[in-house]
Amino acid sequence: MAEGGLIEGGAAEAAKGLEVTLRQDAPIPLNAHLSCAPGEVLALVGPSGSGKSTILRAIAGLTPISHGHISSNGCVWYDTQKQIDVATRHRRVGFVFQSYALFPHLSALDNVMEALGERAGDARKIRALELLALVRLKGLEERRPFELSGGQQQRVAVARALARDPDVLLLDEPFSAVDRATRQRLHLELSQLRSQLRMPVVLVTHDLEEAVQLSDRMSILHRGQILQDGPPFEILTHPANRQVARLIDLKNIFQARVIGHDSGHEITRLEWGGTSLEARYSGDFMAGDLVDWVIPSGSVILHRRRGPSRGVRENPVHGVIETMVRLGETVSVSILLDDQDAYPLFMSMSAHAAARNAIALGERIGVSLRADDIHIMPSQTVHHDDDL
Amino acid sequence: MKLAGWTLAILLPLGIIAARHLAWRRYAGKPFVEAALALPLVLPPTVLGYYLLVGLGRASPIGQLYEGLFGSPLVFTFEGLLVASVIFNLPFAVQPMQRAFESISNEVRDAAACCGMAPWRIFWRIELPLAWPGIMTAFVLVFAHTIGEFGVVLMVGGSIPGETRTAAIAIYDRVQAFDNMAAGAMSALLLVISLLAIGIANLASSKARGRHG
Repeated sequence: MAEGGLIEGGAAEAAKGLEVTLRQDAPIPLNAHLSCAPGEVLALVGPSGSGKSTILRAIAGLTPISHGHISSNGCVWYDTQKQIDVATRHRRVGFVFQSYALFPHLSALDNVMEALGERAGDARKIRALELLALVRLKGLEERRPFELSGGQQQRVAVARALARDPDVLLLDEPFSAVDRATRQRLHLELSQLRSQLRMPVVLVTHDLEEAVQLSDRMSILHRGQILQDGPPFEILTHPANRQVARLIDLKNIFQARVIGHDSGHEITRLEWGGTSLEARYSGDFMAGDLVDWVIPSGSVILHRRRGPSRGVRENPVHGVIETMVRLGETVSVSILLDDQDAYPLFMSMSAHAAARNAIALGERIGVSLRADDIHIMPSQTVHHDDDL
Repeated sequence: MKLAGWTLAILLPLGIIAARHLAWRRYAGKPFVEAALALPLVLPPTVLGYYLLVGLGRASPIGQLYEGLFGSPLVFTFEGLLVASVIFNLPFAVQPMQRAFESISNEVRDAAACCGMAPWRIFWRIELPLAWPGIMTAFVLVFAHTIGEFGVVLMVGGSIPGETRTAAIAIYDRVQAFDNMAAGAMSALLLVISLLAIGIANLASSKARGRHG
């Protein structure tokens, strides 16, 4: 296939945006399906080696996959059954690489102009200047990459990726090479730029916060498999299983048995190693089922140590402080609970709350687990060799 | 001098093709291909010259083919000497260029393809400028080596005036004839030309390096 790609008759109308199905066993195992609508930002999140960059490279035609089908706006770019493999330069993709991959010997302007090869001479320069202004690089057009800061290089890379009016914008960990302050500024800029983008955007990242902040939808990827797909907040509060919960960095993952539901369908009761818990209603499970449950560390609430506190009745548990780590304005605390032998319970509190309540290693404290924030999942066998 | 010019004219394009191939392709026999290319570095010039003499001689298939096509033998002619020169200069041309092409990151080439650039355009606009310092190094090495080579040239070319007599051999010839004046003048001229050629190439190479920091 040299030119363009094939338009599939009939179905083409419906197939707006990007559709990707990939399957292979080696060298990197993959079994994933994803779709991304025009204007939508899809974040592929997973640990390194989970195959997220491979998926992105496959979409751009830079890495062949043994079985797969990729189409963009109904145009088939890759189909192993029909032996279609459109060359990278004929797929309309904008790709921002992790290291930006700017052409080191060319100025910012020339870097962008190289991606405007389809336009006539004068129009190229005008468009390139427009794009550099869009990413706030006015006045730096003649600088070469080594004369630009990391954040500025990233913006040149974004301008270059947008230059072709791509059908798909692919971002491969585009913020990992800059310092934290710059990253936050770039996040903001990308959010603002988004309103002007009409194409599907696929963002690969291992940074969950980044994915939550920038994407409309997240796909959690592990060993080439998509474990869960949905809006970021939905995944954060309703992980599908223990594995997803670990990947989104929930620390409090425990096992319990369902006792039953209340009559009003508001509460599901759990039996957790001798402690009785009330959790958000979850009709998927029956009395006697073994389940996994999670609670965000921010939903574990400290009982005031001097005087009574509201909410003491809500799932109260007690234990001894095992570790304390101060992270800026918050303190992360782990508690060894009286009735639970296996894993500690993690909670976070503000630094001043910790000081006011004289929180210290070895101290006994009581906490409440917010019932509304307890999420129940099907039980999954624990693999201790899992490198999660 | 004529030999150095022609060797460069043939070897630089040939070397660029070979160097790009070696830099980016992966295959099982690659270490041995690289070893074969490096052979002229290790073998004594006389050994190389001997094989070339036998391989290109009038009794060999290549020599006979050439004689059939062009009506003259390959050895002890300028053309024969040129073939020999290209072969014994291969490692000097290919190795620096291979390193130069290897140093261009895959991501930069991928990015060029994602920009919609055609392969020839990627070569002219991206690969060639980035590999330029390495190409200049190859230029200098091949030039210097051809000017200075003695053993192989004498074996394959002999010393036929106007045909296969290189500067180095001419100087040797003059010294043998106790013509120190001529030998001294030729040596000085060779020295100045070599210095200039290498200096200019180094200048071009360092300028190219400075361009992308």
